[in-house]
Amino acid sequence: MMQLWDSLAALATDPNLRWIALGCMLLGLSSGMIGCFAYLRRQSLMGDTIAHTALPGICVAFLLTGVKSLPVFMLGAIVAGIAGTLAIRVITARSRIKADAAMGIVLSSFFGIGIVLLTMIQHSGDGSQSGLDKFLFGQAASMVGSDVQLMAGVSLLLTFVCTLLFKEFKLLAFDPAFAKGSGFSTSLLDFIMQALVVTAVVAGIQAVGVVLVAALLITPAVSARFWTERLDRMIMLSGAFGMISGLLGAWISSQVFQLPTGPVSVLAAAFVFLVSVLFGTKRGLLTMRLTRSRARQQLQALQGSTASVKEAG
Amino acid sequence: MSMDFWILLTGSLAAVSCAVLGCFLILRRMALMGDAISHSVLPGIVVAYMISGSRDSILMLVAAAIMGLLCVFLIQWFNNRGIQSDASIGVIFTSLFAIGVVLVSLNARQVDLDLDCVLYGEIAYTAWNTLQIGGMDLGPRSVWLLGGTLLLVLTVIGLFYKQFKLCAFDPMLALALGIPAALFHYLLMGLVSVATVSSFESVGAILVVGLLVIPPSTAYLLTDRLGAMILISAACGVASTVLGFALAVWLDASIAGCIVAAAAILFAVTFLLSPKHGLLFARLRRTRLSRSTA
Amino acid sequence: MILEVAGLSTAYRSQAVLRDVSFSAPEGELIAIVGPNGAGKSTLIKTILGLTPSLGGSVSVFGRPIGDVRTRIGYVPQRESVDWDFPTHALDVVMMGRYGRLGWFRRPGRKEKAIAMECLAGVGMEAFAERQISQLSGGQQQRVFLARALAQDADLYFMDEPFAGVDAATEKAIVELLRRLRSEGKTVIVVHHDLATVPEYFDSVLLLNVTVQAFGPTAEVFTETNLQRTYGGRVAFAVAATGQAKGAEA
Repeated sequence: MMQLWDSLAALATDPNLRWIALGCMLLGLSSGMIGCFAYLRRQSLMGDTIAHTALPGICVAFLLTGVKSLPVFMLGAIVAGIAGTLAIRVITARSRIKADAAMGIVLSSFFGIGIVLLTMIQHSGDGSQSGLDKFLFGQAASMVGSDVQLMAGVSLLLTFVCTLLFKEFKLLAFDPAFAKGSGFSTSLLDFIMQALVVTAVVAGIQAVGVVLVAALLITPAVSARFWTERLDRMIMLSGAFGMISGLLGAWISSQVFQLPTGPVSVLAAAFVFLVSVLFGTKRGLLTMRLTRSRARQQLQALQGSTASVKEAG
Repeated sequence: MSMDFWILLTGSLAAVSCAVLGCFLILRRMALMGDAISHSVLPGIVVAYMISGSRDSILMLVAAAIMGLLCVFLIQWFNNRGIQSDASIGVIFTSLFAIGVVLVSLNARQVDLDLDCVLYGEIAYTAWNTLQIGGMDLGPRSVWLLGGTLLLVLTVIGLFYKQFKLCAFDPMLALALGIPAALFHYLLMGLVSVATVSSFESVGAILVVGLLVIPPSTAYLLTDRLGAMILISAACGVASTVLGFALAVWLDASIAGCIVAAAAILFAVTFLLSPKHGLLFARLRRTRLSRSTA
Repeated sequence: MILEVAGLSTAYRSQAVLRDVSFSAPEGELIAIVGPNGAGKSTLIKTILGLTPSLGGSVSVFGRPIGDVRTRIGYVPQRESVDWDFPTHALDVVMMGRYGRLGWFRRPGRKEKAIAMECLAGVGMEAFAERQISQLSGGQQQRVFLARALAQDADLYFMDEPFAGVDAATEKAIVELLRRLRSEGKTVIVVHHDLATVPEYFDSVLLLNVTVQAFGPTAEVFTETNLQRTYGGRVAFAVAATGQAKGAEA
């Protein structure tokens, strides 16, 4: 017990750990909030797609500048992510291909091209490219102080924008036609929303890796849905779930040798999800089973009474 | 020369299996199921590796296929309980992949598994890993594995073509006719799992996802018949393999990556130029229409 | 009685969608299921067919459980329930109606093609046999769906809103088709939304609003009082519609 407490206290006192824990929590908070909108707009897998589009962006950024620095990589990834979302939009709007296939096409094409670029960089003997793939597989624990600060800063900014535009995003997610009718530029709002998702994903990649970053957006949002029917509460809950997962990830991975922060955060989020599925007060399995059996009982009572009436008649 | 031949054969076999199955996936709006399955198999691979200590055991294939089906089952289970299918895909495959990564990290000394290799594949080395029975060299293992997979895929799809087609077009009618739609859902997903798992060692997860989605989408823009769509899709898959291999030799880059890139190029060209559904002809038709009405 | 439904109930979450629905459909009639939006009309059909789970109750068709007699039942789902971009043509869709009879391994052949062509002709669509289905108009798509149900060669048909959003020509074609089916001794149960045409098209009517409000021959059951009970607050609209219908008959 004492040890447990000490290890938790270390998160607050050890400067390096403190930054990592703070960064992961802020990242969880911002992606949890933004993920709610992605979930409600049925774009849950957008995060996964954007994460994969980052690879060619990073490679091109490296080829153009020749430097391995986080801000440069992030910029490249963001540009590629936005290009990816635009490509999805063009494909779905201009052909009969549906959204899921368009995402699959963009995801694998961009990543394939990224791998081609990555191997070309490797084979050109341009020194070590290890920084490139480290960015992709996510190593929160090995991130240096300035990287974590950048991630934390970006996350804070995302949280701020998300709170500021809450009302507009809500309208956009629920009824885009009405939003347009109410005088909002839906295409601008939509672009801002996509940009937020892209930024959240790119900020998350270095902490949890390309494959797992989608979980930061979806899992807390889906979990929150089991507890409430109201958007404002859903967003707060989702942010809180994301924060808890980030904290747990940072803490557990600091305790167990060689355990990576990102996957542990994702597993923590998955645990929260499991608890929500079982015990969620609005849509949890337990609640559903109770209401269903209650409905059945009411029905039987009703049928019993009508039957007795018929007999009496 | 013969090594190039084996690489092309491996790639083509994987491409045809994936391209055929992918047609049904995109028509059922489950394109990303391949993505989910290909990542979910990781914990199965790690556990099998820890037990057997080797990378090319049958055990690994079986464990991976089981994980693939488990992933499909979980996604369906949560979907039936009111979670949107794409959200349920996202939650499940990331969770399973995370378990896999944690298992790898915890057993880093015993498990010499390169995550890059899971994602990118090592098609270039397939020719060296040959199948030997009783001292006879029977050619690369992956060719046998992928050939067997292709045979299985073609047999099952061929036998139940009408059921797969109806379940993709109108599952409600399928049920009303007494066709067990759930059974065919799992059969299709089982085939996708097997194709994913057997392809993935040689061509990598991302190439599998690309081959499952891109060639079928290209074919979808070229024809209005399901049978033709499947044939064109398979042809696109093979063409991407050949073109991609040439590209890889020319650029000195990843073969798997180049195959996906080639598939993407074929798609982009079709998207612009397809006579039926291409961007250019749609625009031409529209201007002609507006001129004739003017 | 060709179809007997007893005590059928379903619920969405804690909300009852159908409560204690019982009725027996006589053979050889055209029967309308009528009721306000959200009354559970489509759900009733789907639950009878076993496509959505029920909370309780029983269904028997031709005196047997539904699973035993599927080949004798035809079904026309709502037009929006499928993806019309699917790569297939009209004739092929109609042939799908034969799949249940073909069983597990047999493939559709020349015989099925001939039957499908005949069914397409039956709805006046033979000229569009090779047309990609997304290039058909809404009414034409509906007729293809009806032809597919004909191809099922059933004795009892369920149709979910076949008249929704179709042109006048298609409406006329559907009515003719329904009458032809009746003259062949078949029973057709139709979810219908246009109250004005009920007395003209249907022999019997089932007024539904979660529970059965009234069921019987149209002349007896399709009354102002019953409609008022079924439609509740929207009674003015409902009565106006019946008034129109009566006016049209007169």
